[in-house]
Amino acid sequence: MTSFHEALALLPDYLGQHVLLTIAALGLGIGVSLPLGIVAARCSRLAAPLLALAAIVQTIPGLALLALFYPLLLALSLLSQDLLGVSFRALGFLPALAALTLYAMLPILRNTVTALHGLDRAVLTAAKGVGMTPRQSLLLVELPLAAPVIVAGVRTSAVWVVGTATLSTPIGQTSLGNYIFTGLQTENWVFVLFGCVAAALLALVLDQLLALAGAGLALRSRPRMIASVVGLVLVIGASLLPLGHKERGVVIGAKNFGEQYILAELLADRLHRRGLSTSTKSNLGSSIAFSALSAGEIDLYVDYSGTLWTSQMHRTDMPGREKMLAEISRWLNQRGLAVAARLGFENAYVLAMRADRARALHIASLSDLAAHPGMKMGGDFEVFSRPEWKSVERAYGPDFAVKRQYQPEFLYRAVDSGDVDVISAFSSDGRVAKYGLTLLADPKGALPPYDALLLVSQKHLHDARFMAAIASLNGAIALPVMQAANLQLDRDSKTPAEAARWLAERIDRPVPAGH
Amino acid sequence: MARPKKPRGRRVIEILDVSKRYAAGGHAAIHGLSLTIQAREFLALIGPSGCGKTTTLGLINRLVEPSSGTVRIGGADIALKDPASLRRSIGYVFQEAGLFPHMTVAENIAVTPRLLAWEAAKIAARVTELLSLVRLEPGQFAARMPHELSGGQRQRVALARALAARPPILLLDEPFGALDPLSRDEIAQDVKRIHVELGLTTVMVTHDMTEALLLADRIAVMREGRLVQVGTPKDLVAHPADDFVASMLETPRRRAAALAAALAT
Repeated sequence: MTSFHEALALLPDYLGQHVLLTIAALGLGIGVSLPLGIVAARCSRLAAPLLALAAIVQTIPGLALLALFYPLLLALSLLSQDLLGVSFRALGFLPALAALTLYAMLPILRNTVTALHGLDRAVLTAAKGVGMTPRQSLLLVELPLAAPVIVAGVRTSAVWVVGTATLSTPIGQTSLGNYIFTGLQTENWVFVLFGCVAAALLALVLDQLLALAGAGLALRSRPRMIASVVGLVLVIGASLLPLGHKERGVVIGAKNFGEQYILAELLADRLHRRGLSTSTKSNLGSSIAFSALSAGEIDLYVDYSGTLWTSQMHRTDMPGREKMLAEISRWLNQRGLAVAARLGFENAYVLAMRADRARALHIASLSDLAAHPGMKMGGDFEVFSRPEWKSVERAYGPDFAVKRQYQPEFLYRAVDSGDVDVISAFSSDGRVAKYGLTLLADPKGALPPYDALLLVSQKHLHDARFMAAIASLNGAIALPVMQAANLQLDRDSKTPAEAARWLAERIDRPVPAGH
Repeated sequence: MARPKKPRGRRVIEILDVSKRYAAGGHAAIHGLSLTIQAREFLALIGPSGCGKTTTLGLINRLVEPSSGTVRIGGADIALKDPASLRRSIGYVFQEAGLFPHMTVAENIAVTPRLLAWEAAKIAARVTELLSLVRLEPGQFAARMPHELSGGQRQRVALARALAARPPILLLDEPFGALDPLSRDEIAQDVKRIHVELGLTTVMVTHDMTEALLLADRIAVMREGRLVQVGTPKDLVAHPADDFVASMLETPRRRAAALAAALAT
């Protein structure tokens, strides 16, 4: 199956979710902005602060706005759990909806205020003079006259929301952005392009249908209005149809890199074989994945012991692998979570250099690196703010001239091209082999071990089918096997599903007799 | 054309010692104005720009709320009435027509009957009747949009709209100001005819003394927010209250003389 066919197979789900999110956010945006705009147009003291507020929201980068709503809703959910005994899902649809609704507001609000302010005073006096109440004047005269300008605002909002909705993938809302984020991580440019083109086409179609509605309103053309409504209903209905039959099933979480996509596919396949239905939330931020599991929004995902130790438990001591695992298990149990399996490989945070450069400078370890001040360091988006980095700084005191942050794929390219000398890397990453990187040793033990652990919520421990599906994974994936699977993604442009199938064959292949 | 029917003498509209300031403590648009308009009377309010004549007209249907004083219609204080239902019972023709640009001619005329929740069939019949009354061919004009009409046609539609709900009172705010002389004269004659046919009480704001003399039963002359003189055209011409009123009569007098001379030769 080519990337294009795989992308096409995912389209009904991605497009459906994207359209659902867009329509909901746009509908809510109109529902909030239109009344606000009407009130603001009548009370000019309110108009300036409201428009300023909406403009400020617009300056917040889309990704940040979406990300901010996750902790906000999580806190609200916990609060309502305490007060009312009702919790809601803080991941996925709700935060995306809230953020996109805010995004949708500015153009609608601004156009509503401008349109109502711009109406001919003589016509408004006439409305009053023929005996209309303020409400009748609004509904029969002001809004119909303002409608074309308001619809123009809705069109702008629709295009913005369709575009920004692609950024809701990292907070667990499936959208056309899944193509883009997955494609970017796995260097699958067909996916990236597919996502962009699909989003652009959707924006174009919605914009044109709304333009038709606007023209219908302006020209009082009933056929245009009907055509636009029918068109909108068809597009939305056709997009949402595939969503109707889907149940949530077991929700598998995946963080935002290739290995996680492969493992998520592997887990989905195992669960399917036991007759369980699944859905996947991929491209989650590292900490978001853990909070999502705690909150019951995903049922399982793979995390790494060192990450849990430092980022979730906030520990800085290094007690050794087995003691650390025991403590992690205990800590998880207190939170209703459990380690269902140790997969058998480690994906450690390491520092890496190009092999030739490391050789030339005689650098083999972090201690050697500290002796070469003024080098350029590249990191992923989180490494410099992680406790492990502080631990490395404490232990070795490396002195870098610059520290830059990259999208993982571009991080490896940066060290390969010499833009930076050292990068943060993951030991199981296929790109270590692809780019021929040397991993620097950690003689002082500043970095913890990062054993891959399959985390589940405790309620699943008693689910026989569920446990049977994943039991075979305990100790099943050795580091070289995982590296090879990752390399298929990074070097051979295989899809996560293909790499997962390859990985599954390795796991299931019976051990030859006599070994 | 029929002679105007004699006013019955019942006071329908009474403006009693009304002042209006638009800003608190600011310049008053009208000062202590008192004016009684009889039933079926055609009264012209005349004066130079800014004299307060449009403000005075607005007092009658509460488009303008008095700062002090009382306005009564048929003996009842209109401040105690719901403004929207009051306005539905008073026809109003605005300067430059004030038609709703997003509605057809028929829809514009039907506005007030719709607000009063008349039946659709009754509204349709009324629209046709009114278009005929203002001498616009119903089949030709009902479905047109206001921007497809000439200035005169727009004023005719505005007049039909004002009369749609059979109001006893018609207020006209410089209804012919923007029209060419020919349509101006035609519509003025139509307004006068309709005033008589329907037995309306009509108050018309104008700055044209010739028009006021030709149309009105009585003329109220205003200047700087005050009433200078109220009387029949004959009273005004015979006994102008002061030089201001006399000077306002100069133009019609000169035109009449010139016209008479021109027609005599």
